[in-house]
Amino acid sequence: MSKSSNSSVAYVRKTMVDKMPAPNMSKGIVGWMRTNLFSSIGNTILTLISAYVIYVALAGLFSFALGSAIFEGTGGADCRVEGSGACWPYIGDRFDFMIYGFYPESEYWRPDLTFAVGAILLFLLATPRIPGKMISGGLFLVVFPFAAYFLMAGGGFTGLEEVPTEKWGGLMLTLVVAVTGIVASFPIGVLLALGRRSEMPLVKSVCVVFIELWRGVPLITVLFMASVMLPLFLPEGTNFDKLIRALVGVTLFTAAYTAEVVRGGLQAIDKGQYEAADALGMNYFQATLLIILPQALKLVIPGIVNNSISLFKDTTLVSIVGLIDLLGAVKASTATGDWTAPSIPITGYFFAALIFWVFTFTMSRYSQYMEKRLDTGHKN
Amino acid sequence: MADTAQKSMAVSETEVAIEITNMSKWYGDFNVLRDINFKVMKGERIVIAGPSGSGKSTLIRCINRLEEHQKGHIVVGGNELTSDLKKIDEVRREVGMVFQHFNLFPHLTIMQNLTLAPIWVRKTPKKEAEEVAMHYLERVKIPEQADKYPGQLSGGQQQRVAIARSLCMNPEIMLFDEPTSALDPEMIKEVLDVMVKLAEDGMTMLCVTHEMGFARQVANRVMFMDQGQIIEQNEPEEFFSNPQHERTKEFLSQILH
Ligand SMILES: Nc1ncnc2c1ncn2[C@@H]1O[C@H](COP(=O)(O)OP(=O)(O)OP(=O)(O)O)[C@@H](O)[C@H]1O
Ligand SMILES: [Mg+2]
Repeated sequence: MSKSSNSSVAYVRKTMVDKMPAPNMSKGIVGWMRTNLFSSIGNTILTLISAYVIYVALAGLFSFALGSAIFEGTGGADCRVEGSGACWPYIGDRFDFMIYGFYPESEYWRPDLTFAVGAILLFLLATPRIPGKMISGGLFLVVFPFAAYFLMAGGGFTGLEEVPTEKWGGLMLTLVVAVTGIVASFPIGVLLALGRRSEMPLVKSVCVVFIELWRGVPLITVLFMASVMLPLFLPEGTNFDKLIRALVGVTLFTAAYTAEVVRGGLQAIDKGQYEAADALGMNYFQATLLIILPQALKLVIPGIVNNSISLFKDTTLVSIVGLIDLLGAVKASTATGDWTAPSIPITGYFFAALIFWVFTFTMSRYSQYMEKRLDTGHKN
Repeated sequence: MADTAQKSMAVSETEVAIEITNMSKWYGDFNVLRDINFKVMKGERIVIAGPSGSGKSTLIRCINRLEEHQKGHIVVGGNELTSDLKKIDEVRREVGMVFQHFNLFPHLTIMQNLTLAPIWVRKTPKKEAEEVAMHYLERVKIPEQADKYPGQLSGGQQQRVAIARSLCMNPEIMLFDEPTSALDPEMIKEVLDVMVKLAEDGMTMLCVTHEMGFARQVANRVMFMDQGQIIEQNEPEEFFSNPQHERTKEFLSQILH
């Protein structure tokens, strides 16, 4: 064998041939499509059907929202055109109502300011690179809710014109309900989850009963109870604000769900973590706050966000108790004044859906980002 | 060689670190520990051996009240363990524990793992706690890992961090529950080296381990447990060369091949 490599054999090549490019079929877009979309006859058929469905949906959407949409007009008449799409001037005309409800126009700056401050604080709190989380967290979770309430409601010591909560509406109300529900339910849910795992029988049973009671009832019922039945139990003359009643209902309802999600996270924490904390002499609160919760909450971010998205959409149910949220405002405006045309309700609901989607999609993306970021990935 | 080491490790004649009398423990109907009696003097190093399920872990976990005993008395550093939470906390502050599976806190860096308890339990200022932590990281020979997370370290390194974490609380007594049995062979030595060093510095130690080389080198007593009882205890040389009990002989023949 070794001998033949020395001797020169006429049919053995002496120089290496340059590398040839990989066959076209396995590389680039064509290759990708081959392996992923057209790998078999069945797959090819599915691909073609899906492509057709996507095409039809996108084409329809495009045509409705832009292609055959009406962009200018002063009343329903302009939109009563055969085969026309969205009626955007209607949204433009009723926009303020959809965003602010019956809030007085001269005072729009108050919800605007609240929203801007809230957005800035949330941004500071939610961006990991920005330091000072204790401060931004405290401001957003403790100071902001009260400041926001007094700024938007006015009256009393504020020196601002009083705007009773019955006048709040539209997207503004939706955000008030959603943000309060999400933020206020979180600590309650965590406490309930911890309580449910407590070794003290009384604490444990109270938490179990509370959680199971609220989870066993539809939100609609909760809201009904809050607005119709709660006043019956309270002493005569106490007039609880309708919005506050709804907020309490939504918060406690969500807290029960949060509790179960958090409990799942607590269960996933290895027993050794508790033992290590105990062995170091930490007490229950130190171990829970410093060791168990940080790990458990990280595990349940997807579940919490899922709950939040769910709640954000369920805020539309407050219309049951006479509050006019974004969807309610859209609905109410589809038949008012001159704005009547077949395309107008569709446009309104399309607009509402778009706003809901933007908010929920943002939440969902943010949770994915946080999940990736928090994943130190290295478990013991 | 073992002799010189023994001499430098002084055992107190008068100060009792742990005293256990007539102690028994049950899981439901199952009697895990039966009438345990022993005394550990300050500076003593005790190795506990025995077959799986004999109650070794349960015994040392009773010493810092990770498990509760039902009968008899356990006195650690002058504090008797009862349901008195204050006493329990006091004992836990004086007793360090190292686990088979390290149990480091995966969401914290090594430095944070080491300083958490000193800062929150002992109320040490952060800066001072970090200096102490660095000192112990140097002692276990991994100061350069301070800013990493536990998951980024090898098993041997994690166990050394776990030892350092306990030491940062400045304990009087250290408990080890099979500290090397979750480790690959090449990492066992680096952990044992740290433990030998600790013994030489006079730490009172109780180690559940099957590392008989370690027992010979540092222990001044080996206890053999079977079915919840201490059935034999002796100095390492005697224990290995001249076991009394049938079960001990059988066990030793298995682990020493
Ligand atoms: N929480 C528990 N509930 C019921 N039985 C238990 C519990 N923990 C341990 N046991 C039982 O008690 C006995 C002693 O367990 P222990 O963990 O102390 O043994 P060990 O000597 O440490 O064994 P190993 O060498 O396998 O670690 C075993 O039979 C075990 O099954
Ligand atoms: Mg064990």
